[in-house]
Amino acid sequence: MEKLKNIWPSLALMAAIVAIWWIVVVQSESVIFPTPLQVVTGTLELAEDGTLWEHIGASLFRVGTGFLVAVLVAVPLGLWMGRVTGAWRTLNPLFQIMRPISPIAWIPLAILWFGVGEVSPIFLIFIAAVFPMIVQTASGVHTIERRYLHAAENFGVSRARLFRQVIVPAVLPEIVVGMRIGLGVAWLVVVAAEMIALRSGLGYLIIDSRNAGNRYDLVIAGMIIIGLIGLLLDGLMRLLEGLKSVRWRYGR
Amino acid sequence: MDVKLKEARAGAAPAAAPKISGTGIRKHFGKGAQALPVVGGVSLDIQDGEFVAIVGPSGCGKSTLMKIISGFEQPDEGTVSIDGVVARRPSPKGIVISQHGSVFPWLTVQQNLMFGLNGDSHGDKAALADHYAAMVGLKGFENSYPRELSGGMLKRVEIARALVVKPEILYMDEPFSALDALMNLRMRTELLRILAEERHTVLLITHDVEEAIYLADRIMVLSPRPTTIQATFEVRQAHPRKLSSPDLQDLKEAILAQLGLTL
Repeated sequence: MEKLKNIWPSLALMAAIVAIWWIVVVQSESVIFPTPLQVVTGTLELAEDGTLWEHIGASLFRVGTGFLVAVLVAVPLGLWMGRVTGAWRTLNPLFQIMRPISPIAWIPLAILWFGVGEVSPIFLIFIAAVFPMIVQTASGVHTIERRYLHAAENFGVSRARLFRQVIVPAVLPEIVVGMRIGLGVAWLVVVAAEMIALRSGLGYLIIDSRNAGNRYDLVIAGMIIIGLIGLLLDGLMRLLEGLKSVRWRYGR
Repeated sequence: MDVKLKEARAGAAPAAAPKISGTGIRKHFGKGAQALPVVGGVSLDIQDGEFVAIVGPSGCGKSTLMKIISGFEQPDEGTVSIDGVVARRPSPKGIVISQHGSVFPWLTVQQNLMFGLNGDSHGDKAALADHYAAMVGLKGFENSYPRELSGGMLKRVEIARALVVKPEILYMDEPFSALDALMNLRMRTELLRILAEERHTVLLITHDVEEAIYLADRIMVLSPRPTTIQATFEVRQAHPRKLSSPDLQDLKEAILAQLGLTL
């Protein structure tokens, strides 16, 4: 009940937008721009013949792979940069320059290096996700409170234990924040990458629907599905934030 | 009792070297003409099993002195020896308990207590941890996370975590000053009870003169920065001490006079 009370204004807003959209399309007698109903029937059509699921699956697979590789690279690298001053000084300026370059700008290079296939979009997602996660992890290590490191030093624990029981758990909340940012960017990029390079995925669905007969109902359907899946992925990362080993940061 | 035993053991060694010995400790902050002298030549000896309190005005450099003695900072001049050996680094031999505490918020109470137990020489680590948790009154909270505990309980976790590794020395830097007044008093009594079970050498830094009188065998008063030892007082009364007793009131006045306060 309480939850309903919190979300009804935004539900009402969305309903209002749909209503205005519907009225404007009917009033203007547009032949190309679809009504909300046409978008729904178009989506159902795609769902029934199975192509919708193939597109969603293709996009999720690319994001999943690229993001996973990015995590495997970014977390150890970030931890290393956070602990070793020399590594930080050497690598940080490079990453700070690479980070603001939009992953879209890498598309020509991706096509040159990997051709038009599965590897290019995965590479682009990797590029998009890896830098925010490296930066977040390394800065997480830097912000570990000294009193905890001092305590570990005082007890004379081994390097392995220092990493396992102090550094990693201390940085874990930052890593999760980095993962959330990284996955968000990755999802943005997969759609853009698919628009240019490939024969499947939600980005391809949008471009192909427009090119093959001005199916704007499917364009809008694709957009809404992308938004909803993005929301879902973010919700998934939020679940990670709720894990016991991460939550120490948010308690009290 | 325990004190005597320990002294007897120490007596077996050729010379009863002090547990902690500092000679001519000096420390500056900054460099060159702007260097700020913080510790201006401190020498002290602390015997095995002794409880020494250091009081001083705030900002006098007592925490810096503590960091130097516990090995976390290096003096510009002078040396610190533990058991007659020059010590330059922190070691599990002397555990620091500080004002803000350093109980790991991501580990349970039991995991925190087991943290310092390196190697395999400790037998059943969990049982040992639970023993000390019970000793500081945290039985039943072994699997709680620090955020679920009150400030006083956290302080007990920190003390227990130090005791588990059987340190010979406890360095306490204003350990109870972040607690409310009532909990502060309660922890004093607790600490004495714990120390009666396992006698350690304790170096306590505090700005609370009554806390020092209640707990310590010897009280050193530090001067303002650059700090030196200005006066030393022995406290011979047996525990538990009544701070309202005339002797201790006189002592308190004498210490406050050293700190520039006359009542």
